[in-house]
Amino acid sequence: MKHMKITNIASLLGGDIVSGKTQQENHISFGFAADLLSDVLTLDVEGVLFITGLCTLQTIRTAEVAEIDCIVIARGKKVSPAMVELANRNGIVVIETECSVYKASGILYEAGLKPIY
Amino acid sequence: MKFEFDIADGDFAKAGTSSSQVKHILKQLNVDTKIIKKTTVAIYEAEVNVVAHAVGGGKLLADINLERIVVEVADLGPGIADIPQAMVEGFSTASPEVISMGFGAGMGLPNMRKNADKLEIISGVDEGTRVVITNYI
Repeated sequence: MKHMKITNIASLLGGDIVSGKTQQENHISFGFAADLLSDVLTLDVEGVLFITGLCTLQTIRTAEVAEIDCIVIARGKKVSPAMVELANRNGIVVIETECSVYKASGILYEAGLKPIY
Repeated sequence: MKFEFDIADGDFAKAGTSSSQVKHILKQLNVDTKIIKKTTVAIYEAEVNVVAHAVGGGKLLADINLERIVVEVADLGPGIADIPQAMVEGFSTASPEVISMGFGAGMGLPNMRKNADKLEIISGVDEGTRVVITNYI
């Protein structure tokens, strides 16, 4: 199974790590993209990277509940201070990138990050 | 051990705070991580439903002992007219606001059923809704 370091993911996406910096050397096993949070809540694997265009406090809360280690916020959206605080409190790494969900998914898939399904 | 939390209606910024607190309690009690996750997912979906649908908010009651976790999420909202229909994946009565938050795709109740060892839903039109999730430890 191919694992990718979170800092490598951020650099592949030209993104900025805005929270969870103490966890940024951790590795990710699978990628998953969704804008529907209930879909994220159906996952039952560990080491998941969640790519989304949905930039709300609920995005972070859902990651906490679903035990997602890292979130990529696509399309240049900026996370709020409340989102950063909640992510930091739960050790969740959030990466902001200018890439669309499609482009970010394509780059990471090509680099070998496995899909869940 | 029993715990009680209030759930505010329409306040999406706080949706999930009760589930998060229950998760921390279960972690402190060293409950198996898989059981913690499925319990938290089920009650988070229930909590989001209260925030999305129930005018007047609701309450979350958690009762935990060595054998099982029972979480009751109750509200005095509009109730569910047809429970079997609501259990069908994709059926939803959510508002555009709820959908813009990333919910409301008709996955909540099916997701609760998937993550609960036992799920009871007691509801009727204008009678509110009571969801009881039981997971065995």
